[in-house]
Amino acid sequence: MPPTLRSVGEEELVERLRMKDVDAFTALVELYHMPMVRLALTFVPNRSVAEEVVQDTWLGVINGIDHFEERSSLKTWMFRILVNRARKTGARERRTVAVDDIAATERFSPDGSWSRPPQEWTDDVVDRLFAAGVAKRLQIAIDELPPAQCQVVTLRDVERLSAREVCDILSITEANQRVLLHRARSQLRHTIELEMEGV
Amino acid sequence: MTVRLLNRDLVCRQAVALVTDYLDGVLSRRQRRRFEAHLRNCPNCSRYLAQIRLTIDTVGHVEPDELDPEVKNELIDLYRRFLEE
Repeated sequence: MPPTLRSVGEEELVERLRMKDVDAFTALVELYHMPMVRLALTFVPNRSVAEEVVQDTWLGVINGIDHFEERSSLKTWMFRILVNRARKTGARERRTVAVDDIAATERFSPDGSWSRPPQEWTDDVVDRLFAAGVAKRLQIAIDELPPAQCQVVTLRDVERLSAREVCDILSITEANQRVLLHRARSQLRHTIELEMEGV
Repeated sequence: MTVRLLNRDLVCRQAVALVTDYLDGVLSRRQRRRFEAHLRNCPNCSRYLAQIRLTIDTVGHVEPDELDPEVKNELIDLYRRFLEE
């Protein structure tokens, strides 16, 4: 396929897909298959089930593209199909931990000030972490979050979708979304802090 | 007067609880002013906010696994079969 298709605009991809263009479908697969597998894994117990859910999602996309009304982005629309299908399949979601059950990673004194303030990070922390292979460790830390937190942080910070899009995809309120995101980011900051000590 | 000021000033625990709302721009003007006032006087919370920003940036750089060419070809075949039907 022409390598340029991956970078054409979404509107053009949708248009071409409606004209049954195989190259456009290939570009979509290249762009979104693995992100969808990653998202599916936040709902279902293992990789093979995730792959099945994503394949099922592709069928939904192929069959539904003529009804896609472009009120949301194509990515948001596809992710919503995925989440609906994953929820029907997923067993993992049942063991969702209530947000309040998880202890915050920040520690405060009774007067509300820090009892263990954040340690200083150097300016090149991101480069150093990636050089040291911490990206892998961070992905594991994301996977280990309670599923609802994992879903929200994956959509917000990995896929970089807006709060509104994430609420739309997961059918949750904005307030709930922010609580889950807050917990997830706090935990991941803590993970990086621990990794920093070893870098 | 001091008591009133204390009531209005955020403590670190409260400031940290507002970080995500602050970054999403959903604090009321009054809350945002209190939050920013706390940050000006608190190096620990300023550092915390900077680290949350770096965390977001770092998480955004975590790439998905590579797409297996076999999986890709199977999906393209699936699509071709769909088109033939």
